[in-house]
Amino acid sequence: MSVQEIDGADGIDAIGGIGRRSFVGYVLAGTTLVAAADLTLGAPARAVVPSGPQVAELYDLNDFITDTCRPTANLITITVRTDGTAHFALPRSENGQGIVTSTAMIIAEELDLPVDKVEVTLADARPELLFNQLTGGSTTTTSTYTPIRVAAAVARNALLDAAAVVLGDEAANLVAKGGVIQNRAGDSVTYGELAEAAAVTRPRRSEVTLKDTAAFRVIGTGQGRTDARDAVTGRKTFTTDLEVKGALPTMVCRAPTLNGTPQRLNNKAKILRMPGVKNVAVVDTGVAVRARTFGQCIDAIRAMDVDWNPGPVAGQSDEDIVRELRAAELPMAPVPDNPLAKTVEGDFVFYFRSNSALDTNAAIADVRRDRAEVWSALKTPIAAQAAIAAAVGLPQAAVKVHAVQGGGSFGRRLFFDAALEAAKISKAMGKPVKLMWHRADDARVGRVHPMATSKIRATYLGHQLLAFQQSHTSVETDYRHGLGEMLTAAGASLPAGLGNLGFAEGIFAMTTLLPYDFAVKSQQLVETDERFNTGSMRNIYSPDVRTAGELVIDRLAAATGLSPYEFRRRHLSDERALGVLEAVATAGRWGRAMRPGTAQGIAIHVEYKGATACLVEIDCRPRTTRRKIRAGVGGPRVTRVTFAVDAGLPINPRGLEAQMHGGINDGIAQALTSSMHLRDGHFLEASWDNYFYTRQWNTPPEVQVIVMPPTTGVPGGAGEAGVAASMAAVACAYARATGRMPTHFPINHHDPLRFRPKPFVPPIPPSPVNGLKKTY
Amino acid sequence: MPKQTFILNGKPVTVNVSDDVRVLWVLRDLLGVTGAKYGCGINVCKACTSHINGKAFNPCSVRVGDLSKDDEVTTIEGLAKTHRGKGLHPMQEAWLELDVAQCGYCQPGQIMAAVALVRKTRREGRRISEKDLDGIRNICRCGTYPRIREAIERGARRM
Repeated sequence: MSVQEIDGADGIDAIGGIGRRSFVGYVLAGTTLVAAADLTLGAPARAVVPSGPQVAELYDLNDFITDTCRPTANLITITVRTDGTAHFALPRSENGQGIVTSTAMIIAEELDLPVDKVEVTLADARPELLFNQLTGGSTTTTSTYTPIRVAAAVARNALLDAAAVVLGDEAANLVAKGGVIQNRAGDSVTYGELAEAAAVTRPRRSEVTLKDTAAFRVIGTGQGRTDARDAVTGRKTFTTDLEVKGALPTMVCRAPTLNGTPQRLNNKAKILRMPGVKNVAVVDTGVAVRARTFGQCIDAIRAMDVDWNPGPVAGQSDEDIVRELRAAELPMAPVPDNPLAKTVEGDFVFYFRSNSALDTNAAIADVRRDRAEVWSALKTPIAAQAAIAAAVGLPQAAVKVHAVQGGGSFGRRLFFDAALEAAKISKAMGKPVKLMWHRADDARVGRVHPMATSKIRATYLGHQLLAFQQSHTSVETDYRHGLGEMLTAAGASLPAGLGNLGFAEGIFAMTTLLPYDFAVKSQQLVETDERFNTGSMRNIYSPDVRTAGELVIDRLAAATGLSPYEFRRRHLSDERALGVLEAVATAGRWGRAMRPGTAQGIAIHVEYKGATACLVEIDCRPRTTRRKIRAGVGGPRVTRVTFAVDAGLPINPRGLEAQMHGGINDGIAQALTSSMHLRDGHFLEASWDNYFYTRQWNTPPEVQVIVMPPTTGVPGGAGEAGVAASMAAVACAYARATGRMPTHFPINHHDPLRFRPKPFVPPIPPSPVNGLKKTY
Repeated sequence: MPKQTFILNGKPVTVNVSDDVRVLWVLRDLLGVTGAKYGCGINVCKACTSHINGKAFNPCSVRVGDLSKDDEVTTIEGLAKTHRGKGLHPMQEAWLELDVAQCGYCQPGQIMAAVALVRKTRREGRRISEKDLDGIRNICRCGTYPRIREAIERGARRM
């Protein structure tokens, strides 16, 4: 890329001070206008890993993903169609985080089209995109913002050139607005009318200057989701809503211990005679059944008599894994050699949590002798394509993989467990299948946030912060999806966890940052035990790492005689973190009088090129914690949340606010109510009446989200940004309200179980029949 | 195989399937009406919430054989038609105005539950309270609860 600094004066943005640069793109061959960006050259030089600042300060996960996507940005194209709309196939996965809408906004802005004239769909798996089809780490907007803008600007210029011919005027005399190009005389032509005229038969280089951020009319304004109408009318389709010829409902009977494997099905003939049942097949993960309805699959699974091999954690329970983590913990380095220095410490356990979405793991697969086609919600479709091809014995190019919108992800769809399993079942049965995991399997067998311990030692002298040491020890976080394609997925899959450990260390270093002015900061990760089905649950390590950290910061504040707010205000070393901290303290009335048993808690977090702060009020009075909830838990109630987010450049503040709502409710769940209990080789929680994700009775009645004005000009991540500060603030508030710092999370994990575990044989519960008695 | 007949979104439908198949699968797998979502199959997540004769029910927990030919089942697809006037139901409009949905998977059930809750409080001669909102059992794993609460109050004012 020939990056040219344009004249200094007018090249400075109103915000952030970033110079306007010209970029190069291409008008590509097509029947209508097709435009692409080229960012292969001129990536800004990066510092090598430094010794002083923390890695994430200089080079974070968003930088990493953005850089890995740069060489393939030119393969991402925008098409202008004869009906005046623009189309873009986004090589990312939408699961509710709002990137389809924000991407349409970015294109609309640069192309001068109304948002509703921009159609954004999800791209099929495209192996040529290499690293540029991974959705994770809240990196989508950071990594695609510039390439998409450049492609849109190239398209706009091509339209202006074509309009100049049609209107018999110079392009410089034309104005593009709302999909119409007009000259000074008032003659006009629409994008639709120009779509064919602007097309080329051979690629043409095009140099463009991006719109000045001060001229933005769409970016930064609150927009509703482009699929909102479909969502509220039932027209929005998810994987299991798709109709693919012959793809009948299919489910799997799974082992009574986690990751156990089937030996044999003892009553196949009986199962095949059951109403609606068409096919049965034993695959490596269990016994699959294909039937006319999912209800008949459930009945068949419940009737199956299967011999199983035990899974790798058979007989083990929570306490065994805690013991194992304790044994793997690294000793802390010696504290600074100062006899007057004092220390505060913290030692925490974070139990397994589920990232099961409401839309369970599902995939449609049609595997034939010479080709295969798969539909599923996939954040790593290229890696999925390669794995499926290998599993069914086809070349990768013979496997077509369609990315479907998912009903939530929370990290779950980084893996393609259902797509791979569906392909194997389709091959075994010789039929197309619509595989859906039962909720009980999605909860018990689906991926979890690994259990972890976190030890912290903070050393101080008077008001001077000498050292902050954090040693985080975790059950292995599975990164075997790599960067979404085969090269790094293979690297992460090296034997004995070697490749995965390197990946984990890298992710930890690139996402972990402590924005306080300690003279020495050391945060380290050790991972152990690869027997569990884990993955990057929303915000990966940060909710745990920061909850532990912020609780110790509150201890330091107390030890140095400052309030939690005042301590943070004095010692934060990050200006943007200070900005959000002060915003929530003011709006949320930090320090107001609270009744005994209730308290405020405050926490901050820096990640995803942004900063967040959360101020919560919690009610831990017995009359609240003992309130009766049928088939659920009450416990402490967060009564009020004030949250501020500085996302650098908010693209869609309304969508950003929504993501913070999600992060807040996740933070509450992880601090107070939701975890998986490992007992005797399997997780107990099998549905939403066991796994206590935040519900209406635990959500705060008052929530205020403050979206800070643009600060950097660079759009930061949104999808995961709300979790860490929320979880930490809830934990801090709980500690202040009760006078006891919690040492395990969620705080109710050791309480007597609030449910009777559902049986493991059969592995899924029957559907009730009393629904007509429960109408209202 | 038994013939099952009931009224779906204003029109009589008939399917051949055994009595014990739950209504959710009849809707989704046999009739191709997919607005009611599967989220648990045991009537705890409420993603499939629809209406029977105007009241909320969960089709995952009702055998199709327990429906009579006069039973009127309304799914999200048929909600707008139950309201006088053109366009969407006021609750759907409120949902749009506040941009409630994130992934959208639970939202048909949330809206159907909200409409039934408003009707119930009307029958009881009172307005929606915070306690009513706390009592809604529909789960939203995206955590859209704050906007759901606001939308229900707004939708209720227009119903």
